[in-house]
Amino acid sequence: MQNIYQPEKDTITVERGPDPGGAGAIWRAFSATLRGLRTTLGRLFEGPATIQYPEEKTPVYPRFRGRHKLHRFENDSGISLAGNSGSSEGASVAGLEKCVGCSLCVAACPADCIRVVAAENTPGDRVSAGERYAEVYEINMTRCIFCGYCEVACPFDAITLGHEYELSDYDRSDLIFTKEMLLADPIERTPLRREGE
Amino acid sequence: MTLTLASTSFAESAGVMVIKSLVIFAFLLTVVPMVLLLERKLLGRFQNRYGPNRVGPYGLFQPLADVGKLLGKESFFPDTGVPKLMALAPAIAIFTAIAAFAIIPFGPVVNIFGTEVGLYGIDVNIGILYAFAFGSLAFYGLMLGGWASGSKYSFLGAMRSAAQLISYEVSMSLALIGVIMMAGSLSLVDIVQAQHDVWYIVPQFVGFLIFMIAGFAETNRPPFDLPEADAELVGGYNTEFGGMRFGSFFMAEYMNMIVISGLIAALFLGGYLGPGPVGLSPLWMVLKMFAVVLFFIWVRATLPRLRYDQLMSFGWKVLLPLATLNLLVTAVVVVLAS
Repeated sequence: MQNIYQPEKDTITVERGPDPGGAGAIWRAFSATLRGLRTTLGRLFEGPATIQYPEEKTPVYPRFRGRHKLHRFENDSGISLAGNSGSSEGASVAGLEKCVGCSLCVAACPADCIRVVAAENTPGDRVSAGERYAEVYEINMTRCIFCGYCEVACPFDAITLGHEYELSDYDRSDLIFTKEMLLADPIERTPLRREGE
Repeated sequence: MTLTLASTSFAESAGVMVIKSLVIFAFLLTVVPMVLLLERKLLGRFQNRYGPNRVGPYGLFQPLADVGKLLGKESFFPDTGVPKLMALAPAIAIFTAIAAFAIIPFGPVVNIFGTEVGLYGIDVNIGILYAFAFGSLAFYGLMLGGWASGSKYSFLGAMRSAAQLISYEVSMSLALIGVIMMAGSLSLVDIVQAQHDVWYIVPQFVGFLIFMIAGFAETNRPPFDLPEADAELVGGYNTEFGGMRFGSFFMAEYMNMIVISGLIAALFLGGYLGPGPVGLSPLWMVLKMFAVVLFFIWVRATLPRLRYDQLMSFGWKVLLPLATLNLLVTAVVVVLAS
C-alpha cells in the first residue's frame, strides 16, 4: 500500500505578488526604487571590475594552451649523447634541440598545420641530440586549433604549448611561425593564475 | 493675500547686462562638457567599470575629443528632410535652454566695485513662469527637428516628447504653486530669500518629489527617456541629425538638465543660502546644483525606462492627483497660518 499516489505531495503552493494598484502599489514602487538606488550605490563603492587589457592581462591557468614552444636541452641536464650518434659520443647535449624531426606531431595534428622537413645531423654541425633534426619546423597559426595533440604525440617533449595568446598580425604569411620563432622565448610573459583566482 | 511680484524698481545698466549674458554663456558652455564627462565616468562606476579614461589624464579630454569629432562630420540632410528647418531646430533648443538659465539666481544683489549687481541673469516679475515659457518653447525645437527630418522614427520620437512634455508640465507647475504660495512671490530671488529659516524641501517634500520626477521627464532623462528610446526609436527626434547639429541637441539636453537642477536647488534646497559671507553664495548654489546633477546621474544608473502607457498613466493618474492634493493642503495651511 506504499505506492498509492498522493497528489498533495506534488502540489506546489504558488506565491503570488500583491495585486497591482492602490496606495500600497505606490509605496511598493517607491520602496523598490529606493532599494534600487541603494544597489547601484553599492556598485559605486565596489570599484570597477574592468581589466585594462593592453596594460593589464587576464591571468591564465597553468595548463592554458597558447602559442607553441620548441625546447632545447638545459645546460645542466646531465644527459650525454648516445653511442650510435657518430664521433661526438659522450659529449654533453647542452644547448642542442630536443626535436629530432620524427614528424609524429605532424601525424597527430588534426588541423594539419605543422610542416617538418628532417635532415641528418653531421659531426661538424650538430643541431639535435638524435640522428636527425628538423631542418624546417613550421606551424601555421592561422590553422592551429591549440588542441595540444602535438605535445602529447612528441616522444622527446620537444614541443609544448605555452601561455602566450596574443597572436594577431596584419598578414597571414606572418602567422606561419618558423623554428627560430618557436625556439625563442615569448617577448612578454603572460601572467599566471594563482591559486584561488 | 496679495501676490507680490519681483521688484521692478531695481534696474541694471546695459553694460552689466551684457557682461552677465557672457558669463551665463561661458558658464553653461564650460559646465556642459564637465557634466557630460562626469556622467559617463560616474555611470561607469555605477556599473563596475571605468568610464572613458583613454583621452588625456583620467580621460579628461574626452568631451573635447567628442566635440572635435562632431565638428569634423559632414553636414548631411536626408532627401525627405527640410534643410532650413533642420538647421533651425537645434538652434531653438540651445537658445531656449540658455535663456531659461538666465533666471537661476546665484546670489542676491551685491556691491562689486561700487556698482550694485544682482548675481543672476534677470529677475523678471513673472519669475518662474519665464522658465516654464522657455521650457515649453524648447519643445518646438524637438518637434521641428523630428518633423523636418522626414523620417518616421524621428517623427515618432518627436510625438512622444510632445506628449510627455505636456503631461508632465502640468504636474510640474502644480507642484510649484505650493512653493509660490509659501513664499508669496514668483521671483526666484524672493523665493530663495524666503527659505532663510527652513528649506522648502522640508514643508514641501511631496512637491519636491513631484517636481523632481516631472523634471526627469522634462529633460528626457531616464527613466523617462522615451523620446530617445535608443532600443526602439534609434535615437528619437535627433536620429537624422549629424555633426554639430546633433551635438547642439545633445548639449541642449544637458543644459536643460542643469537648468532643472538649478530650479530644484533654488526652489527647494535654499538656493544660494548657506553659511559664510555673501561672496560664497555662488559657490553654495553651484554645490547644490552639483548635488542634484549627481542624483540625476544616480537615478539614470538605477531605473529602467518606463513603457509608454506606464509613462502616461503615471503622469496623469499618480503625479497630477498628488500635485493637486499637495496644492490644496498647502493652500489650507497657508491660509490658516496667516
